[in-house]
Amino acid sequence: MKTFENEAVIARGDSSRVITGSNTGKLKKTNREKHSNRQIWTESVFRRLLFIMGVLMVVLVLGIMFTLIVQSVPSIKALGAGFLWGKVWDPVRDIYGAFPFLLGTLLTSFLALAISIPFSFAVGIFLGEYYPKGWLPDLLKNTVELIAAVPSVIYGFWGLAVLVPIVRSFESGIGEPPIGVGIFTSSLILSIMIIPYAASLGRSMIQMVPSHLKEAAYSLGATRWEVIKSVILPYVKSGLFAGVLLSLGRALGETMAVTMVIGNTSGIPKSIFAPGNTMASVIANEFTEADRTVYLSALIELGLVLFLVTVVINMIGKKIISRFTND
Amino acid sequence: MKAKNSPVRFRIGKNGFFKGVVIAFAFSCVIPLLFILAYIIKAGITKINWNFLVNVPKPVGESGGGIANALLGSIIIIAVAAVIAIPIGILGGIYLSENRKSKLAYWARLSIDILQGVPSIVIGIVAYFWLVKPFGGFSSVSGSIALAIMMLPIVVRSTEETLKLLPDTLREAGFALGMPFHRVVLKVIVPCGISGILSGVMLSIARIAGETAPLLFTAFGNPYLSTSLTKPMQSLPLLIFNYATSPYNDWHDLAWGASCILLIFVLVLNIFTKIITRKWKVQL
Repeated sequence: MKTFENEAVIARGDSSRVITGSNTGKLKKTNREKHSNRQIWTESVFRRLLFIMGVLMVVLVLGIMFTLIVQSVPSIKALGAGFLWGKVWDPVRDIYGAFPFLLGTLLTSFLALAISIPFSFAVGIFLGEYYPKGWLPDLLKNTVELIAAVPSVIYGFWGLAVLVPIVRSFESGIGEPPIGVGIFTSSLILSIMIIPYAASLGRSMIQMVPSHLKEAAYSLGATRWEVIKSVILPYVKSGLFAGVLLSLGRALGETMAVTMVIGNTSGIPKSIFAPGNTMASVIANEFTEADRTVYLSALIELGLVLFLVTVVINMIGKKIISRFTND
Repeated sequence: MKAKNSPVRFRIGKNGFFKGVVIAFAFSCVIPLLFILAYIIKAGITKINWNFLVNVPKPVGESGGGIANALLGSIIIIAVAAVIAIPIGILGGIYLSENRKSKLAYWARLSIDILQGVPSIVIGIVAYFWLVKPFGGFSSVSGSIALAIMMLPIVVRSTEETLKLLPDTLREAGFALGMPFHRVVLKVIVPCGISGILSGVMLSIARIAGETAPLLFTAFGNPYLSTSLTKPMQSLPLLIFNYATSPYNDWHDLAWGASCILLIFVLVLNIFTKIITRKWKVQL
């Protein structure tokens, strides 16, 4: 800041020197002074503008949190902490228990994680260690990143049209009621959608493993797989964990694809093939229908829980990444 | 001899086996994506023709009709969101890159990190209470603002990351010539980083083009053609969601066509961004 004040002084000094000149110089002076004054004014406005943008970002997030908290106060007051453990969700009889949705969210997310982890780690290892360069790995990397680009509503539609019939015949094959939609189908869709997050993070972490560690292992006669298993993976353990957390954060908050294939029933799911609901999908389905204050507020409280959980998960993930990359 | 060699051979075999497993798993990730692309394009491309693009949907039972309302709606909603988010995002990014150590910058950076992870449905709820309820009705501009909030972190981050990579000497050269701060930023720093900023902007547009959840309670959807910013407006993702979950085949056809258009738009934007980032050697 100080340099700019000096600069302003110089500019003024410059113009005062012109005053001693002739008549034309006087005219010049006023123009120049005007010009530099305007520059100084614009500069301070610009700095203030930047500062306001910084404040705006903080205010935006605080505002989101504040709005969610304020709007869920009626439900917190009316239902208390039992809201989260209540097993029945029946807005018609004014009973609100969020447990089925908590369970649905956790089941779909963790099932999706379990399915996607082998694939995303394999992509990470393949691109980070086996073939870091070349056109084929490049193609694979870009294609995997495109998975994240496809809109979730399209995943949902595809799931509804293609995956649901497949799951239905699979279910009748193993003796489950052939419904097709349900927790399992949503997990499958989710597992595809979250592959890129852990994969790209895993790749960049694996590439950061110092080569002297790997070379030391090779010089002891280790095979490549042994190097991966006992040098690389232990080294990037925390980084991979962070990638899994980011994937989890994405899976928890995913709305549209899940809403379209989960079946939207508010009971506690009896098996992983049963239809259910997640926190996000119940909000998407019932928000515009909620006619009573407590009903609406209960949905917003679900949103608040979702917000807090994803924020905590993402923050832990980011913390681990920044610690890892700073080492 | 043989007994001595067999553990080594076993280890070599194991090495080859796991290499095969890793390659197989890595490449099988691509299969569902290719499957989805092929299916959507096959199901959608036959539905797209001139009438599909210029008509509004017909009521149930009448075949034909198009998605003109959703196309126009998506364009308007995205354009308004971009107009709101791009200047704020770029200025925010400049603030973060120019003030690396200030306390506010720390909190702003944290806020952007948080904002990036907020589920889109939560943004929808908040936009509903900020813009729909106080003004007494669903409106497309509330949808645009919800999407702008989602765009913001991407634009801010890409701007900040790009500007951070520029050498300090550029800035110092500008100051040495007596340029005021805003001119150094706007005439030197931003033009040098424009490629990175632009690719961030395009990436953020690609990301919000397919967002449905924030629009459910804000733009809401509209079966008719509407250009009013204060009235409900249809958009492609909303149309896909509503018609895909409806029981009518005619509507499914509309949804397939709309999915195809949306998918191609998003993918082209993504691939284009990738190409320019590679060409201009930007790091995102």
